[in-house]
Amino acid sequence: MLEKALKGSPRYWGTLTALGMVMLLGLGFWLYQLTFGMKITGLNRDVSWGFYIAQFTYLVGVAASAVMLVLPYYFHHYKEFSKMIILGEFLAIAAVVMCLGFIVVDIGQPQRMLNVLLNPTPHSVLFWDMVVLNGYLFLNIIVGWTSLQYFKNDMTPPKWVKILAIVSVIWAFSIHTVTAFLYAGLPGRHYFLTAIMAARFLASAFCSGPAILLLLVLFLRRLTGFDPGQKAINRLAVIITYAMCVNIFFFLLEVFTSFYSNMPGHMAPLIYLFNGIDGHTMMVPFMWTAVVLGLGCLLFLIPTPVRQKTPALVTGLIMLVIASWIDKGLGLLIGGFTPNPFEEVTVYSPTIPEIMISLMIFSLGGIVLTVLWKIAIEVRVEVEGGNLSMVPPPAAE
Amino acid sequence: MKNSRREFLKLAAVSAMGIGAARLGFLGDAPAHAAGLPTVGNYEEGLKAKHWGMAVYSAKFTPERIAACRKACHDEHNVPDIAGPKEIKWFWGASYEESFPTEHGHYLSEEVEHRQFPLLCNQCETPMCVKVCPTQATFQRPDGIVMMDFHRCIGCRYCMAGCPFGARSFNFQDPRPFIKDFNPHFPTRMRGVVEKCNFCAERLAVGKLPKCVEAAEGALVFGDLSDEQSDIRKVLREHFAIRRKPDAGTSPSVYYIL
Repeated sequence: MLEKALKGSPRYWGTLTALGMVMLLGLGFWLYQLTFGMKITGLNRDVSWGFYIAQFTYLVGVAASAVMLVLPYYFHHYKEFSKMIILGEFLAIAAVVMCLGFIVVDIGQPQRMLNVLLNPTPHSVLFWDMVVLNGYLFLNIIVGWTSLQYFKNDMTPPKWVKILAIVSVIWAFSIHTVTAFLYAGLPGRHYFLTAIMAARFLASAFCSGPAILLLLVLFLRRLTGFDPGQKAINRLAVIITYAMCVNIFFFLLEVFTSFYSNMPGHMAPLIYLFNGIDGHTMMVPFMWTAVVLGLGCLLFLIPTPVRQKTPALVTGLIMLVIASWIDKGLGLLIGGFTPNPFEEVTVYSPTIPEIMISLMIFSLGGIVLTVLWKIAIEVRVEVEGGNLSMVPPPAAE
Repeated sequence: MKNSRREFLKLAAVSAMGIGAARLGFLGDAPAHAAGLPTVGNYEEGLKAKHWGMAVYSAKFTPERIAACRKACHDEHNVPDIAGPKEIKWFWGASYEESFPTEHGHYLSEEVEHRQFPLLCNQCETPMCVKVCPTQATFQRPDGIVMMDFHRCIGCRYCMAGCPFGARSFNFQDPRPFIKDFNPHFPTRMRGVVEKCNFCAERLAVGKLPKCVEAAEGALVFGDLSDEQSDIRKVLREHFAIRRKPDAGTSPSVYYIL
């Protein structure tokens, strides 16, 4: 099926070329980082993880989008998702590739990366994160590719694919749980030190991941006419809405615990993020934007008549994605490290090279996604005889 | 053809001699540098303990004494002198609030409140940095010292996130241009790895006390915490001492006498 990626419209090649150019530009900055070291980043002694790891954390959530389709499909036989499921699995592949990319650019000695495999260390959560991320990548490649192959040949996928798909559902929970455990067990970082960190990760993943998937699918529908079915779209939108409500609820639980207990260490990160400490207010506009967008998106998503209108749905989803990105892609890491364990503020903000290198990884993910989705769509075109909307063709006269 | 091969062999022989000469020159210098390093022969002279610890007479520390200890430590271990938030610190001084952030006293003795405290890696009994390190580049010796293997570190900086004391530094850049007085007895580091105080494990191995203890002129007491007869235990029996952030659960081996 790979050959389907080699023939395409100028628009397809244009997209790949544009993404490739951005990637090359970012590659230059990465070579700069490899030559001069991590001093080109805004990281420092106090904020030892920053933009790269934050993007990694956010994208682990995007990788989850598949599970919100695979779970109803395989566990509850919700057949409406059958057309979107492959897109979800392929988005998960692209997201995990980006996750791994962000880890590679974040470490100071990338050529020693395999030390993690050579000295397996079960008491380090990072070791387990490596295991679950790679495992999830392979599961999605195998399940996604094989089921597409069988679909192309008009055959029912073999039983082992179904078993692996069920494994991948459970596995998806593990990638969030283990990634949350990376943070949740650190005694010196109060913003991370919370028992509901894994639950918060799951809630945020299950709203932001499917939201990105749904936005991409709606975009694809405009571009190619591929229609996953209105019922599937509506159902996924409902799942996203509930997950976002739970996400906000979990965040409020953190706020209550911190401020009712009045424990200085627990309040400090929230105060820094939403009010600033000692005049350091860099994060304040971002966090309040997230609050406004996070609550505002519910106005578009909760009322069913509004949610079912595509423009309102798209607006709500975009607001949701921005809000959840600020929460996980900026706030979580910066709030965790600021103030430092001595309740002092060391300001961190990503540098231009850091952002360019991140763009390199995002472009890489974009390329993987474009190629994989192209293959998936082409296979569908072939099987359905060019009728992407899947509306039964009019009966022959 | 034959000629050119002969030329090549000649050149090769000359080059090899050149390299050999250079090596001999290096070896010629080596014994002078290596005198302080442990060998199989003098390994037995090393200081041994079940659990190394340190007691700090904080009242004896003036900013000058902290600076002297810091210089002794940093010179000994080739710690680069880099300014700003990407700095590298093995031994440093800090305010009361920074040293004991969980002790929120409103009405403190002014003298204690304005005192500078010497800080270093706490060589914790249950070190978080060892727990989180994915490659065992940070490891704990049986005598309690938490060590760094600079050659195994992948630079993931998880240990920095895990340490509740900010005792670890990352080489964001090549540290070598920032080393003023190079000490050939201790390796320099490369960029992209984490480093920290190692309780002078390399000096203990040849029977010497840590460099900061030498420089502190009695203000730092170093010894075996598990030996009831040791000096450090005697000092801790006689004075009230606290540890930094005991609520972090890492059980530091450095005690501060206030």
